[in-house]
Amino acid sequence: MDFLNAIVALANFVLIPGIAYGAQLALGALGVTLIYGILRFSNFAHGDTMAIGTMFVILITWWFQSLGISFGPLPTALLALPFGIVLTGLVLLSTDKVVYSFYRKTRVKPVVLVMVSLGVMFIMNGLTRFIIGPGDQRFADGERFIISARDFKAMTGLKEGLAIKSTQGITVITAIIVVAVLFWFLNKTRTGKSMRAFSDNEDLALLSGINPERVVMYTWLIVAALATIAGTLYGLDKSFKPFTYFQLLLPIFAAAIVGGLGNPLGAIAGGFLIAFSEVTVTYAWKKVANYALPESIAPDGLAQLLSTDYKLAVSFVILIIVLLFKPTGLFKGQSV
Amino acid sequence: MKKLLLATTATAMMAGGAFADGHAAEIKIGVILGFTGPIESITPMMADGAELAMKEVTDSGMLLDGAKVTSVRADSTCIDAAAATAAAERLITSDGVKGIMGADCSGVTGAILANVALANGVVMVSPSATSPGLSTAEDDGLFFRTAPSDARQGVVMTEVLMDQGIKSVALTYTNNDYGKGLADAFQASFEAAGGEVTINAAHEDGKADYSAEIGALAAAGGDRLVVAGYVDQGGSGIVRAALDAGAFDTFHFPDGMISAKLVENFGSEIDGSSGQHPGTDSPGAAKYAEMAGDAFDATSPFSPESYDAAALIMLAMQAAGSMEPGDYKDKIMDVANAPGTEIFPGELGKALELIKAGEDVDYVGASAVELIGGGESAGNYREVTYEGGEEKTAKYR
Repeated sequence: MDFLNAIVALANFVLIPGIAYGAQLALGALGVTLIYGILRFSNFAHGDTMAIGTMFVILITWWFQSLGISFGPLPTALLALPFGIVLTGLVLLSTDKVVYSFYRKTRVKPVVLVMVSLGVMFIMNGLTRFIIGPGDQRFADGERFIISARDFKAMTGLKEGLAIKSTQGITVITAIIVVAVLFWFLNKTRTGKSMRAFSDNEDLALLSGINPERVVMYTWLIVAALATIAGTLYGLDKSFKPFTYFQLLLPIFAAAIVGGLGNPLGAIAGGFLIAFSEVTVTYAWKKVANYALPESIAPDGLAQLLSTDYKLAVSFVILIIVLLFKPTGLFKGQSV
Repeated sequence: MKKLLLATTATAMMAGGAFADGHAAEIKIGVILGFTGPIESITPMMADGAELAMKEVTDSGMLLDGAKVTSVRADSTCIDAAAATAAAERLITSDGVKGIMGADCSGVTGAILANVALANGVVMVSPSATSPGLSTAEDDGLFFRTAPSDARQGVVMTEVLMDQGIKSVALTYTNNDYGKGLADAFQASFEAAGGEVTINAAHEDGKADYSAEIGALAAAGGDRLVVAGYVDQGGSGIVRAALDAGAFDTFHFPDGMISAKLVENFGSEIDGSSGQHPGTDSPGAAKYAEMAGDAFDATSPFSPESYDAAALIMLAMQAAGSMEPGDYKDKIMDVANAPGTEIFPGELGKALELIKAGEDVDYVGASAVELIGGGESAGNYREVTYEGGEEKTAKYR
């Protein structure tokens, strides 16, 4: 019984939040890695692309809610998601037209593009705050829990509760579907293959008649979809505030680099690695240890490696370790 | 620097001399508050409160044979100690104020006290600085406050929890001077009373996700979770995450968390929780609100305390029969506390008359002032409980 309690406590406070957070990071990191692989620069505006995409979804969700449209037990935001993706895609395509295409044509060094993306980041950041405001916005509706801690305790008679929020369930299922579709698209379709070819060797790809403008356009559209989905899932599960999306940039980049920039599989693995490191290193293991270990060796203290204040530092440390020992990332990506 | 000091002192003396000649003509009182900066939304009402008291006294014509009291406003910025010090310096040396109603935030208040008020021997009565550190700051008997120290709230919080029979709590605070000061004060007081604080952990404001913080708090355990944070910031995030994960069902909220927003956010989910914030059932607050009328919002935080701070300075002047800070500083405790006739807002004229007749007064004012220790308000707290999704007043302490 104690052993079961230990597992439930671990699942409630580490596994479930870790999986949901990991999935959100992985989707964000996929966007970063695609841009790096195909357009060849680190897109600092990605966090704010997520924010702007989520903002569109929130505005449409509010509109739907005012019209009385709902999605039953699921959040209305899922209905608004496709419209949000389209709007975000338009924003990204026009940004590319107005800003990036000029630098691409003049064939500037990647570092210049990085700086350009920094500028784009500030503009998007300001735009989001201007339209929806800098504060917290709640837009989640529908059922809150798949199973709540109280129900779980009543059902199983265990001392520990297990809560699974519906947003956590939706996050994981949506992430699986999105990743499956993305990999199918990259590996099986003609456009996907041409994108990979473009990523592997730009000159050969151009020689074989691949239209670069089309590749760039599809990349932005996919990135728009990934960013909007990741942002909306994060906002549904946690809360939407433009500044926290800006802060997400660090763990997302850490995930992409750890996994290997330009490698989609690496981005997913990196996302989960960063998420679980953040959660497990700062978790106080006292409760789990007290259940799982015999009384004589159970700890009195909190058994916490790092205070939760240092959560963000964990991704920094992992980033540094990986860059020192395996600059191309865990899965073979391009070196930074 | 030496020359500057010399010049400053000379000017101060000259200014003092100049005003001594004009005895009973005009008394200037400095109102130094953060008119710009993070609390700029509440300082206008604080200044209005202080000036209301000054106007009342001037109109009564009773202070020191009909002196006219005027206010000189200055900006403390709430956060910039250098700017606040310069502003206070100007008040004393160039405007020649005889007392300072202020400052507001604890940091700048400490800076003005140490650098300007002590050097020039001017009385300061702060309406809103709550840091426990100011209780022990060197003040030569010049510093008072009509707001209670956060250390006091820690004691009251302990009493509230102990009365409910709660002996073990987890504690999380917002990572700034207010949160840290309150959390440490509470922990010391709760442990002294025989309680156990299982964990004392900070949380950062403005995060989207507090599940890691809740993981640590839940692992430490406890009967209640004490959230010394802000309702508009991380505090609500912590409560939300704790409820979602089933880590804690009931909470205890200090003043930063108690607001209509809390009930709006959580409704009946926090039933059984408790809290306390500064508040009083004294009739003074109602009278003060009546006096303010539509001119300004008298229920705005620290506005009643500001009225009281200004009133105390002027009553003490009357009791000492002098407007010089060195003379009246010892009288502030006398007029603020029993014995004597209780004085409510709107009765300053009567109080001045009583003092002139040689009788004792006990200034109650708008915030039920009772000065303890080195001259800080004992504070009155409203204990609240949450039942059926509503905030209810349990009692006043």
